[in-house]
Amino acid sequence: MIRVVLPPHLRMLARVDGEVELEVKGAVTQRSVLNTLEVRYPMLRGTIRDHVTRLRRPMVRFFVCGEDLSHESPDAPLPDAIAKGSEPFLIIGAIAGG
Amino acid sequence: MSNIRVLVGTRKGAFILTSDGARKRWKVSGPEFAGWEIYHMKGSPADPNRIYASQTSAWFGQILQRSDDGGKTWNTPGSSPEELKSADGMPKGESNKFVYDSSPGTGKPLTTHQWYDGTQHPWEFKRVWHLEPSLDNPDHVYAGVEDAALFESKDGGKSWHELAGLRGSDTGPKWQPGAGGMCLHTILLDPKDQQRIFIAISAAGTFRTNDAGRSWKPINRGLHSQYIPDPTAEVGHCVHRIAMHRSRPSTLFMQKHWDVMRSDDAGDSWKEVSGNLPTDFGFPIDVHAHEPETIYVVPIKSDSEHYPPKGRLRVYRSRTGGNEWEALTKGLPQRNCYVNVLRDAMSVDSLEPCGVYFGTTGGQIYASTNAGDSWKPIVRDLPAVLSVEVETLP
Repeated sequence: MIRVVLPPHLRMLARVDGEVELEVKGAVTQRSVLNTLEVRYPMLRGTIRDHVTRLRRPMVRFFVCGEDLSHESPDAPLPDAIAKGSEPFLIIGAIAGG
Repeated sequence: MSNIRVLVGTRKGAFILTSDGARKRWKVSGPEFAGWEIYHMKGSPADPNRIYASQTSAWFGQILQRSDDGGKTWNTPGSSPEELKSADGMPKGESNKFVYDSSPGTGKPLTTHQWYDGTQHPWEFKRVWHLEPSLDNPDHVYAGVEDAALFESKDGGKSWHELAGLRGSDTGPKWQPGAGGMCLHTILLDPKDQQRIFIAISAAGTFRTNDAGRSWKPINRGLHSQYIPDPTAEVGHCVHRIAMHRSRPSTLFMQKHWDVMRSDDAGDSWKEVSGNLPTDFGFPIDVHAHEPETIYVVPIKSDSEHYPPKGRLRVYRSRTGGNEWEALTKGLPQRNCYVNVLRDAMSVDSLEPCGVYFGTTGGQIYASTNAGDSWKPIVRDLPAVLSVEVETLP
């Protein structure tokens, strides 16, 4: 199972507590993880990636195993630790105040 | 006895205030959507259980929420299991998909608008400022958005399409953002003519359609704005709010950046009615539910000093449709008050006497149950209030 950690605003929107576990078919990439996430939680569509361009929203980043993969190809394979579920795929919003 | 429901959008969530018709004891519920900006909530005149809410975030974009039980529960329209899958297996959920029309049939020419530095800039969707449910169909709703455009949904908010004739008109390249962004913030539906709609944009001006949104005409003759190069230009005026009484849809009232205006010919011409106001800068304007010539504004010191003159929060009422104004002070803070009242943060109920409500950037919701003669706070310490809408329930 793939583990995904959503930022608090999106956990509230998706009505989930803690991590989300997903079964991703085929290659485990940013795109396949996010596609699966949006099928399971359609209210998240448009909040992480733009509806039309499918590009990551500017104030959202993706971290994996301590590395920022936000600017990697969405079709690049994610590390085995993500595919095996030993590490979570982190979706993080820019630090906010106010 | 009727009940009152006050829908409050704030910088950090939504609140619903309810009372019976006596309007003395209030229940405050919320925050709903905590931490998100709720630009606007509005109930359907055709169904008291149907409420739409615009939930936004600079981080995560636009969310459209809908309640079918008077605000007890909410959902993003089109997200039920039976509505989810499209042919390719991806979710169809498009309740937050606001895409400008670029189709050959209705979306051309694809215009740009003026940027702060005078260059042309492409339209970029940012958020929904205002939701206006139709008068007779709870599934039919309009959305005024930033960058300024008008969208329409006929399926309860599940999907949206742009009424592109507005943005695509030949004036589009002259529209420009104000400090708050280039927003379409007011939508007035003519109760006597379903084909006629009035909208207002900061900073472009006021527009009217006579054919249900296919074509639009700027209606800004008579406006005079010193802060633009041509003070009497066809477009470019920073209109903050317009209002009408449902019995007289050809009479419009306007709070402009500076100046309070009125039109008696459906916007074809405007005249100033600021009269004896201490300052004619402000944001909201509204009309008494039963007296079409009784109107309310909240004068603000200036376009940079967004607080009441002399620290005294005063609603001004005119019973003559403008020009002659009286200060309403009873129950409002008359010293050390430096809040603002934003354009969508005033509303009226339809009880007798008429109730008037407004919210402040300091988080207070004030209510008057006697048409403004006196005021009491319903609640004092909410997050900064962005919008107030009142429903008079059967």
